[in-house]
Amino acid sequence: MLFEGLAERLQNTFKKLRGKGKLTESDINEALREVRLALLEADVNLAVVKQFTQRIKERCLGVEVLESLTPAQQVIKIVNDELTSLMGGDVSKINFNPAGPSIFLLVGLQGSGKTTTAGKLALLFRKQGRRPLLVGADVYRPAAIKQLEVLAKQINIPFFSLGEQADPVRIAEESLGYAKAQGCDLIIIDTAGRLHIDEELMEELKRLKNVLKPQEILLVVDAMTGQDAVNVAKSFHEELELSGIILTKLDGDTRGGAALSVKAVTGCPIKFIGTGEKLDALEPFHPDRMASRILGMGDVLSLIEKAQAAFDQEKARELERKLRKQEFTLEDFVEQIKQVRSMGPLEQVLSMIPGLGGAKQLKKLQEEFDEKEFVYLEAIINSMTPEERRNPSIINGSRRRRIARGSGTSVQDVNRMLKQFEQTRKIMKQFSELSSGKSTRKLKSFKFPF
Amino acid sequence: MVSFFSKLKESLVKTRQGFIEKVSQLVAVHSKIDEELFEELEEVLIQADVGIAATQRLLEEIRKSVRQKKISEPGEVKTLLREKMVELLGDPVPVRWSDTPPTVILVVGVNGVGKTTTIGKLAHRFRQEGKKVLLAAADTFRAGAIEQLEIWSARTGSDIVKHQPGSDPAAIVFDALQAARRRGTDVVIIDTAGRLHTKVNLMEELRKIKRVVGRELPGAPHEVLLVVDATTGQNALRQAELFKDATDVTGIALTKLDGTAKGGIVLAIKEELGIPVKLVGIGEKSEDLKDFNGSEFVAALFGEDRWE
Repeated sequence: MLFEGLAERLQNTFKKLRGKGKLTESDINEALREVRLALLEADVNLAVVKQFTQRIKERCLGVEVLESLTPAQQVIKIVNDELTSLMGGDVSKINFNPAGPSIFLLVGLQGSGKTTTAGKLALLFRKQGRRPLLVGADVYRPAAIKQLEVLAKQINIPFFSLGEQADPVRIAEESLGYAKAQGCDLIIIDTAGRLHIDEELMEELKRLKNVLKPQEILLVVDAMTGQDAVNVAKSFHEELELSGIILTKLDGDTRGGAALSVKAVTGCPIKFIGTGEKLDALEPFHPDRMASRILGMGDVLSLIEKAQAAFDQEKARELERKLRKQEFTLEDFVEQIKQVRSMGPLEQVLSMIPGLGGAKQLKKLQEEFDEKEFVYLEAIINSMTPEERRNPSIINGSRRRRIARGSGTSVQDVNRMLKQFEQTRKIMKQFSELSSGKSTRKLKSFKFPF
Repeated sequence: MVSFFSKLKESLVKTRQGFIEKVSQLVAVHSKIDEELFEELEEVLIQADVGIAATQRLLEEIRKSVRQKKISEPGEVKTLLREKMVELLGDPVPVRWSDTPPTVILVVGVNGVGKTTTIGKLAHRFRQEGKKVLLAAADTFRAGAIEQLEIWSARTGSDIVKHQPGSDPAAIVFDALQAARRRGTDVVIIDTAGRLHTKVNLMEELRKIKRVVGRELPGAPHEVLLVVDATTGQNALRQAELFKDATDVTGIALTKLDGTAKGGIVLAIKEELGIPVKLVGIGEKSEDLKDFNGSEFVAALFGEDRWE
């Protein structure tokens, strides 16, 4: 889980501070030692760690903490503030070309995930109404161009390349004409992975930059990179003047110290984060939310945005209409489950809910929420007749046995499903009353029925 | 042929500059061995990705020796550090071979560490040794992975067994082993899809692949290589731990050591998990993969001209 290690350590540190009426300098020193260790184990660059703890110390020893009624809370707030500003303050904007097509150049070390990220970016911007073109200019790694071509086909996005024998600069140049012919307004160019000490390849990137004058030069960085991440970002930045950074593979259990370091050292904002293998697993980077996540405060805003993107507005209105008329049927139940599931794997969704960030609680919840249950639920409902789905009260013992056989489950499973549905219907009823203003107190008892 | 040692040394130039030179500077500016020196030494080691635990252990050992041998000259600390690092890395452990062919090598790792490239290099090496090699394209997930392995198979003159993208990796492994037995292949190298060690179902898939190998050929796989990117930080420890749990990793192949990467993670993995580094990749050419040798690694790191 994202930053879990760091969050856990910091939380333990602050547990000791919490409830303390007054902090002494040695209290703060002890806490900062823990912070330092935690950050180092999270692969945050040493220079950055030193700077960070120094700043926190100065602020902690200032009046705002020592004279505050809840000093520990203040310390946590300061760490949160500083983490946020360390990671770049606000969400950074993406630069587009107001006249003509925009060009994005993706650069980075081998294996950082450039090609996959190119595909993800194309998909993301198409969702935002642009018409991207993917250009394969990695002529070195065997089958790299082929990889991008396959990805492009999967998501149905135009693709251009001249094959592995061509000069990358020529590929890029000719892609401009192709983009025009295809009516594309965003050209995403995948380049060869390289070591930042490889001067020859770095020259090639500079040529690409001079010829194309891209709106964005994005460095793709593996979030699992160690102390070296900063050097990588720094040297690419010196050569190319990066416009932003994309962190990949943040869905592992990396503590992602690289995220903390790169912005601090290079001044380049982190613009996107890759959070999964699927092509829709790319999100804008929100420094403030990430800081809260590190401190275990959850990431409610991301969750809400995810929910908004996943829930089909029209279906939601239809559901609302049905709720008012109390026509909520099993068919709607399946639809509802599908929409929740389209927000992503449950574990990911859960990790964003405040209070569930703690590793142990989350693991327990994951065990309880078996993803397979959804599959069973769907199977059971699919084994019913349309009549039964509309009017579950007609489902008697014999129908139950038939449904269980049809869905490969047991009668008990069918019973449980029907009960869950009843509960949902009740909650839905409360919910619709609530939205029409009959009661506000019931909101507290609202919970997902599964 | 340029000796591998000089090449390794060359590739570690950056590491040496960042690392050993800092140590040399350190011992030069300090007139006596004190806590301050150790503290700075700790920082240098941490910046090399050695990790907290392994760093503590190295420093502890140096402290002990300093006490026992009553050392007072700061310059000696460098010699001690070199000694302790070689000690920690241990003797070289070669890749395991089966007495009766085929030998099966399963290659695993997270995304983008260089699994397929490492396999290409391994195939090249075994072909040079006159062995009959078969590659199993069990990475059916990543777009272009099968094509990439095909190119390596053509380059090195190795056989390849492949299915369609998206097919069951275990089925490919099954077919590959059948083919290997029929054709009298010496070594089968299995390429698997990169996966983050935290994805439970994907790790389960690896377990299944390993099970199928063992069922088809008792005693196999003879070697399970975890490929680790030398630029990886402390997360490499978690990777090693979870891959070991799923597939009994027998050795590590360290790749991309030709960057500015410090490769200090090697020490951390050996210290905490006891998995030996067996191979090291230091370049992009077919022949840039060699057996790992701890004292060679440390000697090159220290910029020595010869090693014994």
